[in-house]
Amino acid sequence: MFGYLRAYILIGVAAAGGGEVAGWDEGLMVTFAFITQSLLAGTGAFGEQELAERIRSGDVVVDLYRPVDVQLWWLASWSGRSAYTFGSRGIPPMLLGAVVFDLRVPPDAATWIVFALSVVLASGIGFAIRFAANLVAFWLLDSRGVDQLVTLVLTFFGGLLVPIVLFPPWLEAVARLLPFAAMAQVPAEVFLGLHPGRGALTALATQLAWFVALLALGRVMLGAATRKVVIQGG
Amino acid sequence: MASTDQPAIVADHLEKTFAVRHRAGRLRRHRIEVRAVDGVSFRVDPGEMVGYLGPNGAGKSTTIKMLTGILTPSGGSLATLGLDPTRHRTELAQRIGVVFGQRTQLWWDLPLADSFELLHHVYRTDRRRHEENLGSFVELLDMSSFMLTPVRQLSLGQRMRGELTAALLHDPALVVLDEPTIGLDIVSKLAVREFLVNLNRERGTTVLLTTHDLDDVEHLCQRMMIIDHGRVIHDGGVAEFKSTYGTHRTVVVDLVDAAPPLDVLGTMVTRVDGPRQRLRFDRSTTTAAQVIAGIVEEAAISDLSIEDLVRQVYDAGG
Ligand SMILES: Nc1ncnc2c1ncn2[C@@H]1O[C@H](COP(=O)(O)OP(=O)(O)OP(=O)(O)O)[C@@H](O)[C@H]1O
Ligand SMILES: [Mg+2]
Repeated sequence: MFGYLRAYILIGVAAAGGGEVAGWDEGLMVTFAFITQSLLAGTGAFGEQELAERIRSGDVVVDLYRPVDVQLWWLASWSGRSAYTFGSRGIPPMLLGAVVFDLRVPPDAATWIVFALSVVLASGIGFAIRFAANLVAFWLLDSRGVDQLVTLVLTFFGGLLVPIVLFPPWLEAVARLLPFAAMAQVPAEVFLGLHPGRGALTALATQLAWFVALLALGRVMLGAATRKVVIQGG
Repeated sequence: MASTDQPAIVADHLEKTFAVRHRAGRLRRHRIEVRAVDGVSFRVDPGEMVGYLGPNGAGKSTTIKMLTGILTPSGGSLATLGLDPTRHRTELAQRIGVVFGQRTQLWWDLPLADSFELLHHVYRTDRRRHEENLGSFVELLDMSSFMLTPVRQLSLGQRMRGELTAALLHDPALVVLDEPTIGLDIVSKLAVREFLVNLNRERGTTVLLTTHDLDDVEHLCQRMMIIDHGRVIHDGGVAEFKSTYGTHRTVVVDLVDAAPPLDVLGTMVTRVDGPRQRLRFDRSTTTAAQVIAGIVEEAAISDLSIEDLVRQVYDAGG
């Protein structure tokens, strides 16, 4: 499993640093590897092309003539799928990891609650980014490149490759300024108890801000698209 | 069911231009403007059933997309049920029904019945009214045998009945149908027609439909509009249309070799393009069979077809 591979790499990193790097010991590293693995599917880290596909084929007309808000419509469908994928593809990696390693599980209910909220927001940010990226299809008929770019940047700056605390300080600072960290790195840190007390609220508030800002971006793009752009096909 | 005399649709010098870019050489790009709809004006009153005809690429679908608020006009003005469609798209969606024959608004993976249930929530229709409508549509369109079949497994004719139902469950005052009979066999076509006539008669629903099938128009509409190259070239009663253009037919023959105009009793050659000739005849005095027999006697032919009415109007108008 990919989770194991990443776990061993991070163990190696920790060992090379004399058991600890950037304040992270082996236990944190390993748990981080598995928790981010669990977050992948539900936050749409593998890309999302359904809406872009409908724009390309012109089927998006059907979405446009329903008496519902197009963005909320897709958000609802995303939420349903995301809840399902967290269950089916999020929990197994954690269980598998727990078989071999001693994972750091939140000790108290409060951390679990904050973590749950953080995951929901991470998924929401994932939606908002992919929605906007999909809308690019209104202008560039082939928006797959944009989607892949998002995936690539997310993998790197989100901490899916290695935790961003391992970056040089300036690069970590950049990563923390981007929304991608809020999709994987931050919820993982919450799980690891690295945002204790009021820190938890700050983490959630930052995520919420990104969610709202990116939703707004999608909304502006949708408005521009329906005003100016063209629907394909008869 | 419109309670006021407010027109269902008013289009005034409606225009839509598409900018189409295409490559000319390595780097240069040409930008061409396509005038898909070029100054279309018409008015549809509540309770009317209007056929909107025209050859491929005439601008029918583009007009419909503007009427429903999906595309923004490039010029002119438009009111659908008194609303500016682009500005009130969602509000309008609640009051109109739309079928694009080549797309589906049903959910591929769900049984038809579940799709309808979802639409009940999407349109927030009254539960009792929903059940009532659904019951009557299922009966009228004979859908009970495939209500539990996933949409992806339905035949085209079955799916189209589902689409019509989906477009009408929320009691729209206006339905806009873009090629609702495309690809249907005679039985399904008749079912759809009968259903639409019934809908219009019983509920007073205004219907605007595009089709390539003149038969549809003859059976459904009192009025037809013909559009070509983005312009309306005919707007009037169907009966009147038929008496103007109805008695003449044109036979197009492809001869094996170019020949002088054929001399066939009861016909007149209207055009000669090399081996292709067009012969016009009056349906009330000569039958197509007589004409064909006459042609076969005169010359060796490789292909032959009879053009219908609408085609002749396109030619006249273009
Ligand atoms: N998205 C688009 N981009 C560029 N041109 C378009 C676009 N959509 C339509 N057109 C052009 O506008 C014109 C009218 O198209 P439209 O789809 O309205 O025709 P139509 O009357 O519905 O034809 P059909 O009977 O084939 O369905 C055509 O020349 C078409 O090529
Ligand atoms: Mg069309």
